[in-house]
Amino acid sequence: MGEIELMESYWMKKENNNVIEANVLTKKFGNVTAVNQVTFSVDDGEIFGFLGPNGAGKTTTIRMLTGLLAPDSGEAFIDGINIQENPIKAKMKMGIIPEMGNIYSDLTAKQNVILAGKFYGIPRRELEKRANSLLEQFGLYDRKDYLVRTFSKGMKQRVNIASAIVHNPEILFLDEPTPGLDVKSQRLIRDIINQMNQKGTTIFLTTHNIEEANQLCGRVAIINKGEIVVIDRPERLRRTFETTQSVEISFDKSIDDSLIGKSDLVNRSERLGDKCKLYTNNPDKLVKYLAKFAQDQDLTIVSIEICRASLEDAFVKFTESKSCGN
Amino acid sequence: MGIRDINIQFFRGVVVTTEKNIRIYYTKAPVMIFGLLFPLFMFLSFYLGRKVDLYFFFPGLLAMSLFFTASSVGPLITPWEKQAGTYERLLSFPVSINTIILGDILAGMIFGIIVNIIVLVIGLLFFNYSINILFLFFGILLASFCFSSLGVLLASPSASSPSHIMMFSSLIRFPLIFISGIFIPLGNLQGIARGLSYLSPITYLVDIFNFGFKGESDISLIVDFIALFMFSVIFIFLSNWFHKRNLMKGL
Repeated sequence: MGEIELMESYWMKKENNNVIEANVLTKKFGNVTAVNQVTFSVDDGEIFGFLGPNGAGKTTTIRMLTGLLAPDSGEAFIDGINIQENPIKAKMKMGIIPEMGNIYSDLTAKQNVILAGKFYGIPRRELEKRANSLLEQFGLYDRKDYLVRTFSKGMKQRVNIASAIVHNPEILFLDEPTPGLDVKSQRLIRDIINQMNQKGTTIFLTTHNIEEANQLCGRVAIINKGEIVVIDRPERLRRTFETTQSVEISFDKSIDDSLIGKSDLVNRSERLGDKCKLYTNNPDKLVKYLAKFAQDQDLTIVSIEICRASLEDAFVKFTESKSCGN
Repeated sequence: MGIRDINIQFFRGVVVTTEKNIRIYYTKAPVMIFGLLFPLFMFLSFYLGRKVDLYFFFPGLLAMSLFFTASSVGPLITPWEKQAGTYERLLSFPVSINTIILGDILAGMIFGIIVNIIVLVIGLLFFNYSINILFLFFGILLASFCFSSLGVLLASPSASSPSHIMMFSSLIRFPLIFISGIFIPLGNLQGIARGLSYLSPITYLVDIFNFGFKGESDISLIVDFIALFMFSVIFIFLSNWFHKRNLMKGL
C-alpha cells in the first residue's frame, strides 16, 4: 500500500470520529467460533460498554482489539491505525487493564507504576511526579513503597489501573475491572473512569455488572455466543422491554408466593430475599390487588415498589432470545 | 511515529524488560539453585576425591559455569509470568514478542557474564595462565548470548508451571554438558562421541577457552565463533516461533 493510500485510509478513519473500530472480526479456537463477524465502532470521547455472559466472546474481542490476539479474519483499528500492522504505534495510544492481568507482586506499588511508565518512554523526573500523583489519587501514597504482594485485591487493582494510565492514554480498555472488589474500590475506579472520560479519554469497558454499565456507559453492545446481539444506548435498550414491568413487595410475615401468583394480573413471580417480584402488564391494578390481598390476609406491607424494565432485564431478554434462536 | 521512533521504542522495550527481569528474577530460588549451586556441585563431584589436574580442566569448568548461569534465568521468566498473571499485562505494553525475548536473553546474559567473571578472576588467582583476553572476552560475550537464548527457548513450551519447565530444561541441559568436551578433552573423543560433541554449543566455548587460557585448540577458532553464532540464531528463531505459537496458552 502506497503512502498516499495509507494517508487516505488514515483520514477516512479519522473523519468519521471513530477511535476504535472492529470490522467483521472473527476468531475460531479449533472448531469453536469464539467471535463471529463482530463489527462496531466507538466514538472519540465515548464510554462504551461491552456486555455479555461468560464465554460470550468479550475477552477474545478485547484481545483482538488490543493486538494480543490475531483475528482469523477482519480488521481492528485504533485511532485509524491497523492494530495488526502497527501494534506498537497503536499500543502507545492505549491503556489496557486485562481481565487476567496482574501487576508484579515482587515490586512495590510505585515500582510497578514506574515500570509501566518506562515502557512508554516518559522521562524519569516526570514519571516520578506522575507516579506519586496517581498513587495519591488512588489512595495508595502511604503504601507506595510496600511490596504489592502485601496488598488486598482492591489495592492491587488500583495499582493495576494507575500503571495502565500513567502515560495518559487516549483510549482506555478495561476488561472486567471491578468484580470481587469492595464497594470503596469499585466506587473509586468508577470515579477515575468518569474523570478520565471528562478529560477526553475514550473508554472501552467490558463488564458483567449491568448496573455499572448503566451508570457509566453512553452506549452498550451486548454480545452472546460470539455475535453482537444489539448496540444501543442503555436507556433505549431498557425501553425496548418497557412492557416487562414488575412490582416488588415485602410483607411483615412470610407468605406462600403461589397465593399471589394465582392472580391473572401476575405473569410470573420470583423471590428476592424477603421480597417477592411480580411481573405484570398492569402494575396499577396489581398494586390495588396486593393492597386488598394484604388486608384480607391480615398482613402489613413493609415495602412496595413499581419497577420498570431494567437494563438487566433487557440483557437477559436479548441473550435469551439469541439462545432460543440457536 | 516513524521508523526511527519504532526502533527507539523497540530498544527501550528490551532495556526495560531486562531491568524488570533483573529486579524480579535474579533472586528467585530456581535461578540460585540451577545457576549457582548446580555448577558448584557439579565441579565438587568432579573434583573431590580424584586426582584431577585443575589447571588443565579449569577452562572446561568455566564454560560449564557460564552455560548453567546464562541459561538459568530464561526458562523461568515466561512460565513464572504466566503463572502469576503478569504476562498479559506485559504484552499490553508497547512491546512485541521479539522485545520480550531479547529482554529475557539479555537478563540471562548479564547474569552469566557477572558470575563467570567472578569465577574467572578466582581461577586466575590460583593458576598462572597467560591468557588471551580478547578471545576470552568475545567467547564469554557470544557464548553467554547463545546459552541465554537456549534458556529462553526452553521456556517456550506452553506449561505455565515453572517447576515443569525447570525439569524439562534439566532434561536438555545435562546431556549437552555430558556430550561436550568438559569432562573428557575433545582430543580424546573419537567416533560417535566426537560427532555428538559437535551438537553441543558448549563444545565450541570449551575450545575457545582452551585457546584463551592455554593456547591450545582442537577445532578452528573461526568455526567455534561461527558455530556459537549459528546456534544463537537458531535458538532465537525457534524461541520466536514457539513463543508466538504458545502466546495465549496458559494465560
